[in-house]
Amino acid sequence: MPVLSLPSVLTPLTGGQHTIPATGTTVGEALDDVVRRFPALSPRLRDEHGAPYPFVTIYLNDEDIRFIGGFEAALQSSDELSVVPAVAGG
Amino acid sequence: MSATLVRPSQALTALPLECASCGRPHDAGPSHVCPECLGPLEPKYDVDRHLPDRAEIAARPRSLWRYREWLPFTGRPVRCLNAGWTPLIDAPRLASALGVSRCLVKHDAGSFPSLSFKDRVVASALNAAHAFGLPVVGCASPGNLANAVAAAAAREGLEAWIFIPHDLEPAKVAATAIFGPRLVRVRGTYDDVNRLCAQVADRFGWGIVNVNLRAYYGEGSKTAAFEIAEQLGWRLPDAVVAPMAGGSLLTKLAKGFGEFLDARLVNGVSPRLYGAQAEGCAPIVRLVERGDDTLIPEKPNTIAKSLAIGNPADGRSAARLIRSSGGWAAAVSDAEIVEGIRLLAETTGIFGETAAGVTVAAARALARNGKLTADDEVVLCITGNGLKTTDAVSGSIDIPEPIAPRLSEVSALIQA
Repeated sequence: MPVLSLPSVLTPLTGGQHTIPATGTTVGEALDDVVRRFPALSPRLRDEHGAPYPFVTIYLNDEDIRFIGGFEAALQSSDELSVVPAVAGG
Repeated sequence: MSATLVRPSQALTALPLECASCGRPHDAGPSHVCPECLGPLEPKYDVDRHLPDRAEIAARPRSLWRYREWLPFTGRPVRCLNAGWTPLIDAPRLASALGVSRCLVKHDAGSFPSLSFKDRVVASALNAAHAFGLPVVGCASPGNLANAVAAAAAREGLEAWIFIPHDLEPAKVAATAIFGPRLVRVRGTYDDVNRLCAQVADRFGWGIVNVNLRAYYGEGSKTAAFEIAEQLGWRLPDAVVAPMAGGSLLTKLAKGFGEFLDARLVNGVSPRLYGAQAEGCAPIVRLVERGDDTLIPEKPNTIAKSLAIGNPADGRSAARLIRSSGGWAAAVSDAEIVEGIRLLAETTGIFGETAAGVTVAAARALARNGKLTADDEVVLCITGNGLKTTDAVSGSIDIPEPIAPRLSEVSALIQA
């Protein structure tokens, strides 16, 4: 089953869980599944129009989902989704 | 460097934070993300704090801490006291080549201790780490920040973990490893390293300067703007050209010029800001050119590795500030980057790294298409040293065959 990995700043909304199993065949479906169980996460992951925030990147394994179809990107059972807030340059 | 050490007389305290996106206040701390909206946090300054006048600043030691009221602390800084105050160098031959009235080089390629502008941001970040009692610092970096953190950590006796892409230029790897940090080479791009470091900062509680200390780190870049204003005789130039990776430098230059205008230390209007990127990684330039507000990330492919951030955190802010300042942006090819490095060297005596080549080549492109004019006084931000990226230019330099130690052979060369 795919898992969603969250930054610590969001774990108060998931009972302290950093990693949450998710069902779905696409990234969007997996996020929908997690949000059903943790509704408070919903506005942290997507804006009111359901679009991604510009300062939050969602990765499917090592790939920014914006390069591979966004929320429509296909999920495999061994995949890991990660929510990573933007960082500065270096 | 002639800075006199500043002895702390009041305990260093970091300023509280507020979300740049939703405006909610947050306590001071090693945190860069708003828990409400995941927006970036920024330090919140006391608008009623005492601000020094020109004479008070001018009498202080020549380091970036002469502007400490605009850095995110109260009390006296305790680390990196010699950082900043790099020269602003008149470059008449470069001005002639570009076709502008006057050109000045902000020479952060000679910055202490690690020869790049990253010494500025690290000075701020390591003082934040001190304020928060963090014994371990680190960074994700394509080179210059790695050098700066490793050097400063060595000087201050801190444990440092430095994460770099595996294919970094050898000189930048050596210029980090020599300071003895825990150096971690990651198979992946700089964007991959950044993602990993965001997770490292989150899980291990270290002071990763460009991640969880980012709110304090970025403010150090403003000091380049303060120095430009003071070194010009307390006034502002017409235009500033700066390289863009994450976009933070440009946004902080704009903030710095604005703060000096607000404090009435300078008069007039903020300079037009021009951003420079490599064609192989130019998401901010393309955002400026499109004129919308949606940054489209890119897969970097350029010799300018220090600018190779395909998903720039401050890209949207940088693009907005560029447009509102009346400036513009330009992307240049790898060949133009090398030409830019050579033009800078041959007209100013300054050997800049690939980011410098991007800046100079972009300035030339902007002048050719009329964005910079013959009346303009232009400052170029040269942010890193060419000795770190010699591979980029080695193919374009003619190395002569050796001669015998005989006068006749020199005469032959003269006559050739």
